[in-house]
Amino acid sequence: MAGAFLRRLGQTVFVLFGISVLVFAVFFATPGADPSARIAGRGASPETLAAVRHEYGFDRSMPVQYAMLMKKLFITRDLASFVDRGERVIPEVLHAAPVTMSLVGGAAVIWVFASVLMGTLAAATRGSLLDRVLMIAGLIGISLPVFWLGEVVNLFTQSRLHHSWAFSWVPGLGYVPFSTSPIGWFKALVLPWCTLAVLFVGIYGRVLRADLVATMQEDFIRTARAKGLSPARVLLRHGLRTSMVTFVSLFGLDFAQLVGGGALLTEVVFGLQGVGRLTYQALANLDLPLVMATVMYSAVFVVLANALVDILYAVLDPRVRDGR
Amino acid sequence: MDAEAVLDVRDLRVGFGRGVDLVDGVSFSIAPREILGLVGESGSGKSLTSLAIMGLIPAPGRVGGQIGFRGTELLALSEAERRALRGRRIAMIFQDPMSALTPVYRIGWQIAEQIRAHLDLSRRPTETRVLDLLSAMGIADPRRVASAYPHQLSGGLRQRAMIAMALSCDPDLLIADEPTTALDVTVQAQILELILRLRDEFASAVLLITHDLGVVAQIADRVAVMYCGRIAERGPREAMFGAHARVHPYTAGLLGSIPRLHGPRVARLAAIPGSPPNAALRPPGCAFSPRCAHASARCDTPPPIVPLGDAHEIACILPAVAAEPDHV
Ligand SMILES: Nc1ncnc2c1ncn2[C@@H]1O[C@H](COP(=O)(O)OP(=O)(O)O)[C@@H](O)[C@H]1O
Ligand code: SF4
Ligand SMILES: [Mg+2]
Repeated sequence: MAGAFLRRLGQTVFVLFGISVLVFAVFFATPGADPSARIAGRGASPETLAAVRHEYGFDRSMPVQYAMLMKKLFITRDLASFVDRGERVIPEVLHAAPVTMSLVGGAAVIWVFASVLMGTLAAATRGSLLDRVLMIAGLIGISLPVFWLGEVVNLFTQSRLHHSWAFSWVPGLGYVPFSTSPIGWFKALVLPWCTLAVLFVGIYGRVLRADLVATMQEDFIRTARAKGLSPARVLLRHGLRTSMVTFVSLFGLDFAQLVGGGALLTEVVFGLQGVGRLTYQALANLDLPLVMATVMYSAVFVVLANALVDILYAVLDPRVRDGR
Repeated sequence: MDAEAVLDVRDLRVGFGRGVDLVDGVSFSIAPREILGLVGESGSGKSLTSLAIMGLIPAPGRVGGQIGFRGTELLALSEAERRALRGRRIAMIFQDPMSALTPVYRIGWQIAEQIRAHLDLSRRPTETRVLDLLSAMGIADPRRVASAYPHQLSGGLRQRAMIAMALSCDPDLLIADEPTTALDVTVQAQILELILRLRDEFASAVLLITHDLGVVAQIADRVAVMYCGRIAERGPREAMFGAHARVHPYTAGLLGSIPRLHGPRVARLAAIPGSPPNAALRPPGCAFSPRCAHASARCDTPPPIVPLGDAHEIACILPAVAAEPDHV
């Protein structure tokens, strides 16, 4: 157990190191990325430029620069933006993280419940009209661009129908912290949740149906029937329970990439200052410290989520637990 | 309907959609505590017959004929009534005990699940019953096996656990579909011995399905030979395996293909020449005629099943052939 934990920790450090070196190298290989010119401002004299270069350490060797950046990010934790002078990047990320987690967490609850319901119903009624309708609905959900869907939702709930009884409760765009008002938090997020969830309900519902249909052909399902169990019990306790193994592994990866910033489009449409948006701004401004901070943040999440998936995997499947 | 019999199958027909009947008019009966061996090559419809008895033929299957179980006509029952019998009074075990147990649950849980589905027992007595059943299967450490997952056990232990599960509600009939085929030889013999012993301890009749006449010769009381969805021969074991037995040409072929334990060894194992049974390509007359050395023009109409001796019947126009054919 402790060995596995240490191994995982070592892997994490290794992954973070690799990604940070890559980000660093790509940044300095990008033409026009020279940070001193931006910091010094347009038309700065060569002397000013040189001073800035020296002050920020851009005249030092690459490995030294990298080490300084990492030290400021992880040890002194006072890394500041190159673009907004003096703005510390760690608080910025910490400020954006709860927004993204609220958005993605809520959406995940919706998409897990909806897709399990959808996939199970479709598999149980395989070949029926309901099955076909559900699968086509899933396909539509997958093909709707989330950006467009969000704009349409906003169009109706923020302007066209905002004054009708149905949508008058919808607050303006933006985030309300849970600690400020749980109800406000919920109201602000429920439409973004649903919008973000649509794609995943489609994917997961269809994947689960296919997996469940295959599982229901297995020998152990025939045994479960031969035991005289009810059809519902055979489907849920034996079929669905076994299919959850695949479902969970898929879920862990999607969830991690969304928390790590993959919900960018949804954040932008609904005016949520989340990690995705922050990463986007950092990249658009070529702001290396902020890029580095957000990338490290997502990497940590992806690694954590992977660890969690592995644990869940072992909980769900005893064969994995025994390394078989 | 034979009220004495545990199971009385009459003119059973199973097919799918618009296809031919894959099981085509099969009849046999099983007396209380009797072991009936149902033999035939792969594809002859043995599994379909057993699934029809269980009521587990998948869609779009159709089942016709009569299946009498202790005087009740099963095909006239509702699905809920059949489910109440399934696992309770008719239980079944399958060929591959690895894939036949749900991989994510412990053995004990899976056995207890069946008990809970049918009997009104509380938790403690259920647990005790699970352990008792496992020890009755000759398992030395029932606690360990009960708390193991299927993949943690050997094939033999898994099959014992499957049998324990099948017998957990004291069924009147146990259907065993190729119960030893996936096991290695020594374990095979142990499982067969177990089935033989349990027939007495649990007072269950057994429908033992196999493609291996050797298995049947060891433990069956009576034998039914199936070919291409039909019964070719049925009768007591002694009538088929005795020194001067006279049997159906197909049975003679099967007998020729099992290694002889006594007497001169055959030069080679003679698999019956020709392609294995396929109901879709069944000729109009005797289904075996394309492979039968004795076939003649008279075999172009389906041969009726005729008595040969004491409760011994064959479906052949010939008066039966010698059990040990001269193929050496
Ligand atoms: N679900 C099914 N749909 C269509 N054909 C089937 C199905 N199950 C079995 N069959 C066919 O029925 C025939 C008999 O199969 P089976 O009863 O499994 O034979 P056995 O158990 O004697 O080897 C085979 O030709 C097989 O292909
Ligand atoms: S009826 Fe004819 S073909 Fe069929 S087994 Fe008898 S002899 Fe052979
Ligand atoms: Mg079979």
